[in-house]
Amino acid sequence: MKIKIFFLILIAMLSFKCLFANEQNNKILKNKILKNIRCLICQGQSVYDSQSDFAMSMKLVVDQKITEGLSENQIYDYLKIQYGEWISYDPEFNKKTYILWGMPILLFLVGGVLVLRKLIVIK
Amino acid sequence: MEFIAYLEKIMKNKILLSFAIFFLIFCFILLFKSLNNSNIYVPESISEKPLTNFNSQDLFSNKKISSDQIFIDSEFYILNIWASWCLPCRTEHHYLMEFSKNPSIKLIGLNYKDKPNSAKSFIGKFGNPYSINIVDLNGTISIKLGAYGVPETFLINNERKIIKKIVGPLNKELVKEINLIIK
Repeated sequence: MKIKIFFLILIAMLSFKCLFANEQNNKILKNKILKNIRCLICQGQSVYDSQSDFAMSMKLVVDQKITEGLSENQIYDYLKIQYGEWISYDPEFNKKTYILWGMPILLFLVGGVLVLRKLIVIK
Repeated sequence: MEFIAYLEKIMKNKILLSFAIFFLIFCFILLFKSLNNSNIYVPESISEKPLTNFNSQDLFSNKKISSDQIFIDSEFYILNIWASWCLPCRTEHHYLMEFSKNPSIKLIGLNYKDKPNSAKSFIGKFGNPYSINIVDLNGTISIKLGAYGVPETFLINNERKIIKKIVGPLNKELVKEINLIIK
């Protein structure tokens, strides 16, 4: 009898959990977005890390936007309109950031050429 | 000879010492000066950004009010984000009082994360430059407007576009700039 009750309670608990599944997903998405947004009035902190007034309000706004049904990218775009591209930790590729994006590839290629030449000399 | 060598040693030390002192003073001045500098980086904003719509309530009457009801009957609007706990807001307050005398500007106060009672006593103490005061209890309206914190001032034209955004307190030069734009 006791075992039956135990299992009944267990099943009840587990079945309640699925009710919160959507909420859980939203929370994961929210945290992911908050980690990718720069806290503009803090130094070197994301909104997720910060406890400043700005970050606290930003968390509420992101929460609202998620419940409104906006996707992750839509939220980034929304914030970029308000605060400029600086808000996002992921810089877009444009004429201001081409050096930032192109430099690693360039260095990689130059390094590759150097290594290849060394190898050819050794052979 | 030994004496000269000794003298040389002292001279060298003195040069080193004076150099060290000079360096310290330099560092001190540099850091001291930068104490007063704002460290908020504001990227070049898109000029003439349209204002987002918002809903809030009036500070004094607690009536619900939307942005459509506020931005209707003036040539220029100044939206000022303020709080009674914000010290720089006090220094800029007399500039706002001056603006309130100008008939072509409508001043709107956005009370940011404040207790209504302290906000009211702030207005009672320093005067009310605002024609409308709206409440932003959790700060979400400011975020939707693209604000950083308190104090912050937006200059908005009659097409509801933000012409100028000032992060931080107003000062003489900024007031002059605003007056130039309005003329």
